[in-house]
Amino acid sequence: MTEMTFVRPEFRVRIDREACIKCGRCVHQCGWNVYHLDADDRPMPDHSKCAACHRCVTFCPADAITIEKNPLAYKESDSMSSGLRKAIWRQAETGGVLLTGMGTDKPYLRIFDHLLLDACQVTNPSIDPLREPMELRTFLGRKPDSIEVGYGNGDGGPPKLLTELDPQLMLETPIVFGGMSFGSVSLNVHRALAMAAKASGTFMNTGEGGLHADLEPYQDNIIVQCASGRFGVHADYLQAGAAVEIKIGQGAKPGIGGHLPGEKIDEQVSTTRMIPQGTDALSPAPHHDIYSIEDLRQLIYAIKEATGYKPVSVKIACVHNVAAIASGVVRAGADIVYLDGFKGGTGAAPTIIRDHVGIPIEIAIAVVDQRLRDEGIRNRASIVAAGGIRSSADIVKAIALGADACGVGTALLVAMGCHVCQKCHTGCCSWGITTQRPELTRRLDPEWGAERVSNLIRAWSHEIAEVLGAVGVNAIESLRGSRERLRALGLDQTTMDIIGVKQAGVGH
Amino acid sequence: MSARGLNRFGEADRRSAGRPYGGLPAPGSRSSDLVPRPEYTAEAEERILGGCGLMGVCDESGGRMSGELALRSMSSMHDRGNGLGGGFAGYGIYPDFPYAFCFHMLFNDDVGKDDTEYYLARHFVILHHEPIPSKSVRGIEDEPILWRYFLEISDERLAETQLSAEDYVVHSVMDINNHIKGAFVASSGRNMGAFKGVGFPEEIGEFYRLDEYRGWTWTGHGRFPTNTPGWWGGAHPFCLLDYSIVHNGEISSYGINQRYLEMFGYKCSMRTDTEVVTYLFDLLLRRHGLSVEIACKALASPFWKDIDLMEKEDRQLYTALRAVYGPALLNGPFAVVLGMGEGMVALSDRIKLRPLAAARKGTTVYVASEESAIREICPKPDLTWMPRAGEPVIARLEDGVNLATSAAYDAVA
Repeated sequence: MTEMTFVRPEFRVRIDREACIKCGRCVHQCGWNVYHLDADDRPMPDHSKCAACHRCVTFCPADAITIEKNPLAYKESDSMSSGLRKAIWRQAETGGVLLTGMGTDKPYLRIFDHLLLDACQVTNPSIDPLREPMELRTFLGRKPDSIEVGYGNGDGGPPKLLTELDPQLMLETPIVFGGMSFGSVSLNVHRALAMAAKASGTFMNTGEGGLHADLEPYQDNIIVQCASGRFGVHADYLQAGAAVEIKIGQGAKPGIGGHLPGEKIDEQVSTTRMIPQGTDALSPAPHHDIYSIEDLRQLIYAIKEATGYKPVSVKIACVHNVAAIASGVVRAGADIVYLDGFKGGTGAAPTIIRDHVGIPIEIAIAVVDQRLRDEGIRNRASIVAAGGIRSSADIVKAIALGADACGVGTALLVAMGCHVCQKCHTGCCSWGITTQRPELTRRLDPEWGAERVSNLIRAWSHEIAEVLGAVGVNAIESLRGSRERLRALGLDQTTMDIIGVKQAGVGH
Repeated sequence: MSARGLNRFGEADRRSAGRPYGGLPAPGSRSSDLVPRPEYTAEAEERILGGCGLMGVCDESGGRMSGELALRSMSSMHDRGNGLGGGFAGYGIYPDFPYAFCFHMLFNDDVGKDDTEYYLARHFVILHHEPIPSKSVRGIEDEPILWRYFLEISDERLAETQLSAEDYVVHSVMDINNHIKGAFVASSGRNMGAFKGVGFPEEIGEFYRLDEYRGWTWTGHGRFPTNTPGWWGGAHPFCLLDYSIVHNGEISSYGINQRYLEMFGYKCSMRTDTEVVTYLFDLLLRRHGLSVEIACKALASPFWKDIDLMEKEDRQLYTALRAVYGPALLNGPFAVVLGMGEGMVALSDRIKLRPLAAARKGTTVYVASEESAIREICPKPDLTWMPRAGEPVIARLEDGVNLATSAAYDAVA
């Protein structure tokens, strides 16, 4: 630390010197260069570099390391908190925009945590998911209002479907993987997600970084994304996926583009993204060919033409006017509207945007679902809700509010070792997840990662089935949009009206 | 779906002033804008839950049976109800008006009756109207004013509104039930009627003098509501057009079924889950043109584990059916009997959480919650069986029995 800074370290690394066996593993494990060995081979920490990612803690064979919050006291001020003071000092030093990773850490109201589910008692029996089938299968895509059934060749005979349905994405559980690009995450993460998607009967999403050739065997379980930077987008790429997603916005950073620093653009990323090695990958804030809803419609149909009419998903960040925007997106021809709430994660975003822009996913689901119903076009597109989905309980509640399925991203990374240290943008991830440094990326064994993610999806699916049984239905579609099975505890009346949920204590 | 957003009657009605779309939500309106149902009693404010007993009988050849039969069958299941609701639907009971839509009305008072008659006179040709005959029965009290109207729609009205006669009637029923205070349409079909109220079914049947009617299809119901009693309109059957539903059970998917129906313009104002069953059958059978068999497979669909084993064509059909009609799936414990112009259908939920027995003797099909209720009126059936979960029992009237629904009538119409 050559330059003077007022920003004192957030954490303190404490090493039990009696327990330490001076093996040096902490030095190797830390992606942040916290440790160096002194003359006696004792690891000496630089506290200021520690992200509290626990890599060293987990791998210390002597269990000698612990990370503590820096107890340094600041003169208390509720208004000018120590966090704000540090932010100001940092900006006074650099003159730059503060960057961060993952979803917002600010204590906004979590509506999911104020919603309670119903259960059956006496008048309608609950169903035992261990003894009866519980069906989670979900179809994403455009559906007609009705179907036509014929009998033989019009002469009686067995019934036959006459209506040709648009292609659908079939999920064995109402969960899809959120878009996380190769570049922001490592190739091994992509491999693990692709394998897990296939094993779980669902879909991974490439994010905006293109599709690495290694993932081609999994293309039936991959949604390819086309974002404003058009990185890695070419005809074969569009045709490779089961569906194409046009990314208009991201919940963590609505209204702005993306920035993948040149340090993360190695040879593989460069090839996949079709950009020079070591250059920053900057995706523009808007698509430069989409300045209106008509333009979006043109791109949707251009992609449909290019792919033989595969489903097209349009991902939008949840902003104030999300209901009207979603309605326009559906009318523009999207088969899936992917709503990304403001608590969604990101590989890198300006802190001001991540923490202050957008609206919660719970509200967005409710208003979009209701708007599409009011307009009689709810069948025309599926709603995928993402951005702040942390558990199976959130998924069940999102579906009861009106979502067809949920997108999860951060939780999958956590399953593979992410400790939510919020430093994804630095490319130093000690867990080998949000980095391209080969000595770090090789830490994540794709098969191990795939198993962890598959386990998580299986566990959540079992939990969703438990809830279905308790509310007395045996198919997820009977809970979908059934806000009657939710009650609110501790929400204000306006919020309850907007999400269409009654106060706990109010019966049917 | 021709109706969405149309002004059905092409004029501002006195009672629907400011509500140009009357019974259907205006485009872009929210369900919270919809005018709430008038208060009949405190009960209507709460959704009505319940367990029940039910029966149905249909002579496919069109032989007409006395309503006493349905009454006797229901009385054997006395203990399945608790005296808080009973009712019957009879088909073929008005041979003098085989083509007229017959509105069975429940009125709280003369004001509701006057308002309704003003409405009916404006929108229909009233062929005949009269009190629904009844007699004093111990245990039946506080009965509403009961009246029936035999109605036709003039060709000019249909031309003006661009609606089918059926859609015209549906809108009128929604209008009356939602906008006229103290009036309730108990049934609105052709050559059929619902007879229902608060009491045990055998008392209700006696009160309505059911033994004086003869019909080719009868359904009956005794309620065991787990909620406050009091509203005659809350008894089964629930009817719309020629469809009548008696229902035992609870629809756990009510919330989404209701929101799905709202998208097609139905207003679930009665707050009973039975209402959604009636409307779903109307939507699937009449408006979407699905056959009874296919509609039943949408409402009580086969499991994916079975669909996955089907041959390709069936697999495609059932996959599409579930993907498209998922929000219409009736989930939770139920057994229902649907009375309709073409016959009768009985259906249980997909894992059969409510009882349903069936029998046949000659051309007559019987269904009931308990086999004893069948044997009470048909001691020696040719065949009895327990229908499997989600497998409909279908009785189909021979063509020409019901003039209003027969092929000959369709050709003329």
